[in-house]
Formats: sequence, C-alpha cells, structure tokens
Amino acid sequence: MPFIPHSESDVRNMLATIGSDTIEDLFDEIPESLRMGKLTGVPEGMIEQEIARLMMQRAEADGRPLCFMGAGAYDHHIPAAVWEITTRGEFYSAYTPYQAEASQGTLQLIYEYQTMMTQLTGLDVSNASLYDGASGLAEAVLMAVRANRKSKSHRILIPTTVHPHYRQTTHTIVHNQKIDLVEVPYCPEGGNTLADALKQYEGEDIAALVIQHPNFFGILEDVDMLTDWAHAQGALVIGVANPVSMALLKPPGAWGTSGADIACGEGQPLGVPMMGGGPYFGFMCCKQEFVRQMPGRIVGRTVDRDDRIGYTLTLQAREQHIRRSKATSNICTNQGLLVTAATIHMSLLGAEGLKRVAQACHANTRKLVDALTASEYVEPVFNRPYFHEAALRFSLPLDNVVRPLNAHNILPGYALAQEYPELADTLLVCATETRTDADIAMYADHLGRIINTQTAAGSPVKPKMA
Amino acid sequence: MSNIPVELKYAKTHEWARTNDDGSVTVGISDSAQDQLGDMVFIEVPEIGATVIAEEACAVVESVKAASDVYAPIGGEIVEVNEALADSPETVNNDAYGEGWIFRIEPVDAGELGALMDADSYSDFLASESH
Repeated sequence: MPFIPHSESDVRNMLATIGSDTIEDLFDEIPESLRMGKLTGVPEGMIEQEIARLMMQRAEADGRPLCFMGAGAYDHHIPAAVWEITTRGEFYSAYTPYQAEASQGTLQLIYEYQTMMTQLTGLDVSNASLYDGASGLAEAVLMAVRANRKSKSHRILIPTTVHPHYRQTTHTIVHNQKIDLVEVPYCPEGGNTLADALKQYEGEDIAALVIQHPNFFGILEDVDMLTDWAHAQGALVIGVANPVSMALLKPPGAWGTSGADIACGEGQPLGVPMMGGGPYFGFMCCKQEFVRQMPGRIVGRTVDRDDRIGYTLTLQAREQHIRRSKATSNICTNQGLLVTAATIHMSLLGAEGLKRVAQACHANTRKLVDALTASEYVEPVFNRPYFHEAALRFSLPLDNVVRPLNAHNILPGYALAQEYPELADTLLVCATETRTDADIAMYADHLGRIINTQTAAGSPVKPKMA
Repeated sequence: MSNIPVELKYAKTHEWARTNDDGSVTVGISDSAQDQLGDMVFIEVPEIGATVIAEEACAVVESVKAASDVYAPIGGEIVEVNEALADSPETVNNDAYGEGWIFRIEPVDAGELGALMDADSYSDFLASESH
C-alpha cells in the first residue's frame, strides 16, 4: 500500500482550491529542459513479501565474513541493550526535536551526548551531530575559514594521511567556495606527517591545518608538534579523531600547548553497526570562542519560569531558517537516532569500558600484525606506533592472496593501492576487541597456506629477505 | 516614536554614522534597528585594520530573534572596535547612539557621507518602511 495520506478526492479538492488541474501544473516554473521526464532503470514496485525475500537474499550474499577491515568503519561489539532501547517508540525517530515543550526526553539525551563528546574530545562545546565523518570534516574546514579572522587566504593544509574519502568529500563540498585544499605528503618510513613537509609553508597565510590522529594508516601523528606549528603560523587546528581512540590517546583538546580548535570525526564506532556505508553520524566539538561559527544544532540546558531545568535548541540565530544564505551551514540537522544509540552505548560502557575497548583493539591488532608478519612474505610498511590499524606489504601479488582469503570467508583488509598507488600490494589491517586469538590464528593459518601454495618450487615470487 | 538624533547620518540598512573631530567616523545601529531586533546576545565586531567599502557587511548583531549584518556606511579602514560589547551586548539596546557604538572607520573619502540620510529623511524612511 502507498503511504500517502491523501485520497484522490483530497488531491482534487486541493488542486481545485488553488485553481490547478493537475499536480504537474505545480512544477511549471521548472524549465522543460531541466526536467528528467520519466525515471528510467527503476524496476516495477514489489509487494512487501517479495521485497523481504529479496533483502534476505542480498543480506545472505554478504556471507558474514570474519572482518579484519577498518579504514573508517569498525566492527565493534554493541551491547544488546543499545538498540533495544534506541528503537523504543519514545526514541525511534531520525528527526531533530524542534519543539522543546514536546521533546524534553530527546533533548536531554542530545544534551548528554554533547556532554560526553566534550569530555571525550577535551573541548568546550559539541553540536548535536552531523551526517558523517567525511562531511563533518568539510563542515570543519568551512567553519575554520569563517572562524580564523586573521587569515585571508582560505588555504587549508591537509596531509595525505587524512582518510582519502574525507579528502574527496571535503573537496566536493568546498572547492566551489574559493577554498584551497593543499595536500601535504607523508613520510614513507613512518607513515606520519613530518615538520619537514610543512616547512615550505612557514610564515605563509594558512587558515587551518587538518590532523587525523590516529591517521588513515593507523599511525599516531606527532600531534603536539603539528598543533604548535600550526598555531605559530596563525592557523587553526582541525583534529580528526576516532572516538574510541580518544578514550586512550591524548584527546584533540590537549594537543600541543593550547589544543586543537575544532575536533570532528566519524561516530560509527560508538554503537552503530557496520551497515552498507551508513547511515552513520559525524561528531563535531570546538573551543568556546568558536561556538558561534559551529554548524548544526546545539542543545542547551536552561530553566523555565518556575526554575525547573529544561532543554532547548540554542544559538539558532546562526541557522539557515533565520540567516538564509549566510547561515553557518545549510546542513542544520543531526543524526538523531544514531546519536541516541551512541549515547546509550557510551553510558553502558562508561569511560572505563570505552578505554578497555580501545586497549583491547590495540592489543589485538599487535597480535594480528605479529601473526601475519611471521611470514617472510609479509612486512609492516611503517615503523611508527599505531593504534588499531597497520599497513602490511605483501611480496606477492595482493589479488592472489585476497581472493582465496575471501573464499575462506575472511575479509583480510583494505587494499591501499586504490588511493595510494605507491603502496602496491599493501593491506590496511585491523583487529578490534571482537577478534579473538582463534580468529587471528585462522587468518594467519589460511594466509600461510596460500603463500606456501603460491611460492612453491618454480614460483617466481621472492621472499622479502632475498 | 524612535529616537533619531539630528547630528547623525543614517543608512538605509539602519546604521548611524557620526563624524568625530579627528575625521574618523563612528558607526552603530539605530534605535529603531535595535528595537526591531530585540535583546542582543552577541555582537561580532570587525577586525581592526580591515579595509571595507561602503555597503559591505563587516559586523553581525545577533539578538534572541535574528542575526543581522551591519554594513559599513562608508569605505575606509577599521581603526577601532567596541570590545566592551563582547561582555555586554545589551549596551546596543540600552544606548544605541552612545556606549553601544560598534566600530570606528578612517574614511577614504569623507564625501561618501553625503550619500547617507539626515535625521528627517531617515524618519521619513522609517515611516515608509512601516507601511
């Protein structure tokens, strides 16, 4: 059945009231040349029974592989209570509650989410979330250009150790707004961003430096040096961080002498399952002095006229329904449902639980790296400390390894050559707290057998030590 | 009836301009503008040293109802801003033509002031806008 509440006679009555014959008339302001006409390539509608069966088949096609892939989305354990509570009728909405008089529960939850995020990032204020980590970085770049009133250059330094998809999304969103994204290369040995790579920009007008920590390769950046360098140039610092890692590592608000100015990132690791690339949610926090430049909704706590505590959307004067084209962003929404899950997830784990998750991820990834590099055909690419991901180079063609591992229902990692051509035959691997010693042994055993088969006598492949 | 001092010049965007003895021009928003906007919560002042042209947006007044641009009535260099408004934005409501000033411009061409309205014209302008 169609979920449209108007009957045909309702529609006819409404059209008659405004003097139109057809709904098509309502669109006559759009020039003919801009109209798509009929949608092509869209199949006929299906009944619920058919669509349920199709979706079940598609889900089964995924095969629930054993996942050693991260690269931006992470396979964490989510306590059953998280989505049980999140999907209760009182919470089950993807929408921001605008009406304070009708939405105190959800507003309080978002206020608590913001409080948790400021504690995690070490910054003063948080918004109610954004669409995802990648668009969150684009918003942070736009915000930094507005907030850095000393800088006229609209130039942003963005190391290539920042997630490639985040860089692409940011480019798409900001490149028509006269913002110049300048890429900074990484150190081939350490996989991090060096002071040497920044030297050529010393004394120049830069609006902001982006630092992802841990970076896309899982490597820890020298955040104190980078932050202090940027501030010495009059640039703001945008920290991109994994929320789980912040439970263990120095949070953006504590980087360098005075801390990052803006922190953003992907909230998926906080209670959101890996699901076809989304929906996820982006988080954003900043120093108090920049709050009026922060995009998105912010929930504040106040008192009503009887002095009772109440929650409400605040600082709305900056938003698009009032400021129109001069709004801080035209994405004035949040990912309400996913933030609900993240808040419940964080409350169930607590600060100590989240820290233990981070420690287990790091320990498991070290075990994984040790187990895989026990083979003479596999070696780590970078020599710097990492959090829960590591780049491993194979001295045999990667396809010959990945395909058989896939056949054994193992997702062995993310092939870096797609975005980093210089990193051929290299996998970015990850083991979260959900990977057991047996899982890691299974990956290493299958890999060992595959390598043996490929390198048996007569094979042209040479080991790394040769 | 709003307060419109006769010694000031006014822009259509509701800024007032006062020529000081040293030739610089102090700018604020009119009593009518502050009244329309309501209680001020934040004033974003321009950067000292910034160069502005006439009718360029260079400050923002944010009230409980709206955030609005403040336009430079004449071109020149921003030589002073009212830092006190950071802690007490309500001064714009309480004393729009005095302590509630927003910034001071060193004009490039003081002749540009001629394009602004005098108190009578601004009064008529307000009357016509309210229709």
